[in-house]
Amino acid sequence: MATDAERAEQAAAKARLDDHFSALYRAHLRDVYSYSYYRVGNHHDAEDLTEQTFLQAYRHFERAEQESEGRPLRPWLIRIAHNLAANYYRDRARRPQTAIDDADMLASAHTTEGLVQDRDDLKRILECVQRLPDDRREALIMRFALGMDNREIARALGRTDGATKVLLHRAIRQLEELVKTAEGGG
Amino acid sequence: MSQPFDIETRLRAALAPIEPPDELAVRMEAKLGTLVELAADELETWELSAMRDPRNWARAAVRPAAAVIVGAGAGVGLVVLRTRRRRHRRRAQAHGVFDLAERTVRDVAREALRVFEEAAPKR
Repeated sequence: MATDAERAEQAAAKARLDDHFSALYRAHLRDVYSYSYYRVGNHHDAEDLTEQTFLQAYRHFERAEQESEGRPLRPWLIRIAHNLAANYYRDRARRPQTAIDDADMLASAHTTEGLVQDRDDLKRILECVQRLPDDRREALIMRFALGMDNREIARALGRTDGATKVLLHRAIRQLEELVKTAEGGG
Repeated sequence: MSQPFDIETRLRAALAPIEPPDELAVRMEAKLGTLVELAADELETWELSAMRDPRNWARAAVRPAAAVIVGAGAGVGLVVLRTRRRRHRRRAQAHGVFDLAERTVRDVAREALRVFEEAAPKR
């Protein structure tokens, strides 16, 4: 049985841990939400996914912090979201086709922020992203929506740095072809 | 090349980060707050059972310190989360940097008061 001093120490450690978790939450809420949104394509499910990601992260935070050895925890957090999103599709037996439905709304939101691309162009790009194989689409979301580097993406996807670099390269090339085809046909 | 086709620039524009809705932050804060409360309840349960043993009475001073540490850590987290949630409104209302700083300080103070009032035992 733990002594009073041990319990006090445990309580202090728990408070420190909660504080670190608060910082992680504040720093990466937008990353997790953006990732979730581009994976599931609607706000309702993206909110659920974000919530579940942080609750699961909270449960395993102590171990993750110990094992991270000072490395950033964002890839770990995104990996949780990635696994939960995979369960989401498996459980509901559906593909992320909803993102296409929301492409109009997304494109509209972006243009109001002053970005240079017009709505049709953004919509076309998003639709082409949705047609990529899962791993390529995810790598692009991590790189372009979250700004993760190759090493972070590799950690989140459980791949080597080299394999991730190849994955990104192929994803971009394939997307380029899809967009060219879409523009040629439209 | 016949025409410029910078797919990465277009991709960056299409996959711009999405700001989470305010309601999500409110709900997350409530759930994380509940988890912190559960941890505090666990500590309180342990304290009550420990106090039944007279051998622990002399060491009672250690325990409130532990509870204060837990409470303060959790409380600070909540104050920061709540204060941060209102940052957009503050920025919109502020007239210059000093006004913004003053509004932020006022928000922190108000939230700290709320958090500690909520944490106070209800009689």
